[in-house]
Amino acid sequence: MVAIIDYGVGNLFSLKSSLAAIGAEAAVTADPEAIRAADRVILPGVGAFGDAAAKLRATGLDKVVSQVAAAGKPVMGICLGMQLLLEKSFEYGEHQGLGLIAGEIRPIADVIPAGLKIPHIGWNALSFGKTKHPLFKYLKDGDCVYFVHSYYGARCEEAVIATAEYGAPLTAAVARGNVMGCQFHPEKSGNAGLAILRAFCEMEGNVC
Amino acid sequence: MITKRIIPCLDVRDGRVVKGVNFEGLSDVSSPVELARYYSEHGADELVFYDITASAEGRRLFTDILTEVASKIFIPLTVGGGINTLEDFDRVLKCGADKVSVNSGAIRNPALITEAAKRYGDQCVVISADVKRVDGVFRVFAKGGRENTGMEAISWIKQCVERGAGEVVLNSIDTDGVKKGFDLEMLDAVCRVVNVPVIASGGAGKIEDFITLFHTLPGVDAGLAASIFHFGEVKISDLKAAMKKAGIPARV
Repeated sequence: MVAIIDYGVGNLFSLKSSLAAIGAEAAVTADPEAIRAADRVILPGVGAFGDAAAKLRATGLDKVVSQVAAAGKPVMGICLGMQLLLEKSFEYGEHQGLGLIAGEIRPIADVIPAGLKIPHIGWNALSFGKTKHPLFKYLKDGDCVYFVHSYYGARCEEAVIATAEYGAPLTAAVARGNVMGCQFHPEKSGNAGLAILRAFCEMEGNVC
Repeated sequence: MITKRIIPCLDVRDGRVVKGVNFEGLSDVSSPVELARYYSEHGADELVFYDITASAEGRRLFTDILTEVASKIFIPLTVGGGINTLEDFDRVLKCGADKVSVNSGAIRNPALITEAAKRYGDQCVVISADVKRVDGVFRVFAKGGRENTGMEAISWIKQCVERGAGEVVLNSIDTDGVKKGFDLEMLDAVCRVVNVPVIASGGAGKIEDFITLFHTLPGVDAGLAASIFHFGEVKISDLKAAMKKAGIPARV
């Protein structure tokens, strides 16, 4: 069973539907026991980092995510959910993240050339570098996924498993052991997105 | 590199897809769910659903259809038509829409854009403008292109973006249904004043029209069309292949 963490941020309809479409059993839940009992966990999120981090802490679900991660179960953050896995963010101030992956969240305006539109919105191609992470086992270099974001993962070089070119190579996905995150939306990325979710659902605990 | 998006638009009335020529003479084409699936499988990057229903019952039917589409098709969905309040935003977002397009509702109450952008984020709010030349000036038309608001279009669109609209759909009434190509002059005028994605609508008749659009105006992010896709005059897979061949970044 996949637990989709519901902490009052964003619309989880498409995520739940896309998991159903690949035949995965999924539940949208805020119940710590249900999350701990799940085989794997997805941390979604849209909106501002500070608000989302505060909601996660207020519900105590930040600790639950960390526990599940420490137990070696596959954990995946999506979009803002990915950003929350890192140490901190500089979106409207400075906010602490879960710190499960080294790195920080900074405005894409810091690294892309002036004149490019912000947010980075639309379909962009993924580059995997030398080794392809198991999350992308069904994809090939250059497959496109759907992005909507104005901030990106910085100083997380060791964890980067995919980038997308937008005037500069932006962090598209990160992973450290069983904890991983996608800046893009697999649930809105057509067949490529479904293939990523399928790969995630097929992962054993303690993947490397 | 970000790809140029191809977006079929589905006008829905009483649960069926319709398409007009110059907004007149609507005719039934096909089932929204079937068309949405077909387009998604053939490479559509996004889908726009316009609810052109007037009745409450038709509106319920529309949200039912939207829910069904969103539970089966996993590409971004934009919904427009009859969006006048934050409750309307809520209603369609709960059914699985990713973006909401406002037109007449924003003309009546521009603060709707500000409030919706604050609540749901800029990326969620799309300003859709129906624009026509009147005595050499671009004017905004309301009510599906029937009523001249008298407002100058370029400054209106600029104002909407300043209020928080994260994307612009520019529909040229002058070229809509004519199939002789997009309104490059009008699009250029909009691209010069906004720094959010601009979606060209109205006038596509063949594959070359999209190639000309993206080659001439690098600031345009997407091309939207309806009847040429619904009637099979242009296949999205052929269009994408032609774009790639012409050196335009496309998702194939």
